[in-house]
Amino acid sequence: MNIVACIKRVPATETQPKIAPDGKAMDPALAEYMLSFYDEIALEEAIRTKEAAGGEVTALTLGPAEATKEIRDCLARGADKGSLLTDADWHTRDNRTTAKALAAQVTALGAEVVFCGRQATDRDNAAVGQMMATYLGWACVTDVIELTIDGQKATAKRESEAGIESFSFDLPAVITCQKGLNEPRYAGLKGIMAAKKKPIEESAPELAENMTEVISVELPPARPEGRMIGEGTDAIPALLEALRSEAKVL
Amino acid sequence: MSKIIVFVEQCNGTANRASTEALGAAASLGAEVIAVSFGEGAANLTLAAARTIALEGTQYSPDALAGDIAGIAKAEGANAVFCASTGTGRDLAPRVAALLDSPCFSDCTAVAADGDAIAFTRPTLAGKLIANVKSTGTAVATLRRNCFEAPEAGSAEVTIQPASADFKALLTEIAAKVGGKLDVSEAPIIVSGGRGMKEPENFKLIEDLAAAFGNAAVGASRAVVDAGWRPHSEQVGQTGKTVAPQLYFAIGISGAIQHVAGMKTSKVIVAINKDPDAAIFKLADYGIVGDALEILPALTEAVKGAVGGA
Repeated sequence: MNIVACIKRVPATETQPKIAPDGKAMDPALAEYMLSFYDEIALEEAIRTKEAAGGEVTALTLGPAEATKEIRDCLARGADKGSLLTDADWHTRDNRTTAKALAAQVTALGAEVVFCGRQATDRDNAAVGQMMATYLGWACVTDVIELTIDGQKATAKRESEAGIESFSFDLPAVITCQKGLNEPRYAGLKGIMAAKKKPIEESAPELAENMTEVISVELPPARPEGRMIGEGTDAIPALLEALRSEAKVL
Repeated sequence: MSKIIVFVEQCNGTANRASTEALGAAASLGAEVIAVSFGEGAANLTLAAARTIALEGTQYSPDALAGDIAGIAKAEGANAVFCASTGTGRDLAPRVAALLDSPCFSDCTAVAADGDAIAFTRPTLAGKLIANVKSTGTAVATLRRNCFEAPEAGSAEVTIQPASADFKALLTEIAAKVGGKLDVSEAPIIVSGGRGMKEPENFKLIEDLAAAFGNAAVGASRAVVDAGWRPHSEQVGQTGKTVAPQLYFAIGISGAIQHVAGMKTSKVIVAINKDPDAAIFKLADYGIVGDALEILPALTEAVKGAVGGA
């Protein structure tokens, strides 16, 4: 099976962001970037699908030249090749532009199933997977916690407020992956060595114009200073009194 | 005047709270609000909107429903489509956006008129940044719970339209949650526990406090979910759920950046931790230093008295 895992280079979890001089983006010059958390789960599911059905896994991303680092990470874990849609301004692209560029490359690669993380941990939109599927005219199940693929037929489970929902659909499909779907493997030394010989194809994507206008990007307001009520069980009456008459939440 | 389509999730003719808040957000912009709903009971909705379009169908497919919503948005010439930021709303909205060839803004916490456009405020990078954005196409957005005023029920006239039967993915089963437990993403009060609970069995004390409130959900830190003490559905934080309840208890939780990301917009935060230097105290409105295992039983008793006597 021809399998694609869409991944993203995102700021490392501990990042304390700065605002770019124009006030409209996060300053992209950061000490550290990493593979987005949920994309590790997407890649793992792609590799497991290949292990079950045979085929090839391509790790696909829209990102800067430096994103070869995140692609190499995927290759070391078991992807067969990388596809980098090189874009120095990747962090400013909106989800529509990104989804269109990825959908075009998924078509060019001839993929039958695409795995995405449920959301990238930078913009937190959780939108590109569904949008890509819609542009491709494919089935899509989001936030998947259980997946079975049998030939061209598939079933997937996701959790919503209502409970655990089961869906059935045919491939081709886009699956967005939620925590709980699998335990992502780490790259071993052997994988890291092997990754150096695996191919990464870089190409310039055709990019639709952004339809998101950024008015401003700000740091969130700090919460007002709280206060220490006291120690141990003795503090309980004062806490309840504060919740009742000061915070008015009881 | 602008025209906004609001997708309203409902069960047996009752709209869910988050969807009603989305109606309120649309109304706050002075727009003509058209509610769209799906499924059994949708025709019985009494919503605060100009009109309600009930899509009649027995089988649920997110792609088919998104097609119906986008079709209505086009037919009505709507300039915005809002969904609640729920599991269903966040699944649907990006599909609708793509069908309208527009971007999607997820989990917005504020909306404002900006000339002819709508400005959306949304947290990004797990709440470490706040972005204010607008769309040059149709404004498709999901709106976070507990951020907008829900109007009283209205009396919008309902028109019935058949739902599309052109499915790609089809819902075959819903296994309802057991015991009608409140989910962290819905509860007005959340009692969360972390490593400071010491043993998974001690979460009984967290459950007891939540039960004493009557309308509280149990939450958990990533550490205890990764350790297998609690299910992922309870995890609050960057790789779990983002919540904004009226009252949030962080008990035996140190305040790691990834947990804080998921709960720092809570209205009131109470922290209980034995380490007086724990990062969570910098964020909390009220702090108590001490052993959670000693404090919790007494706190539960006190809450029973306070809530019962109210």
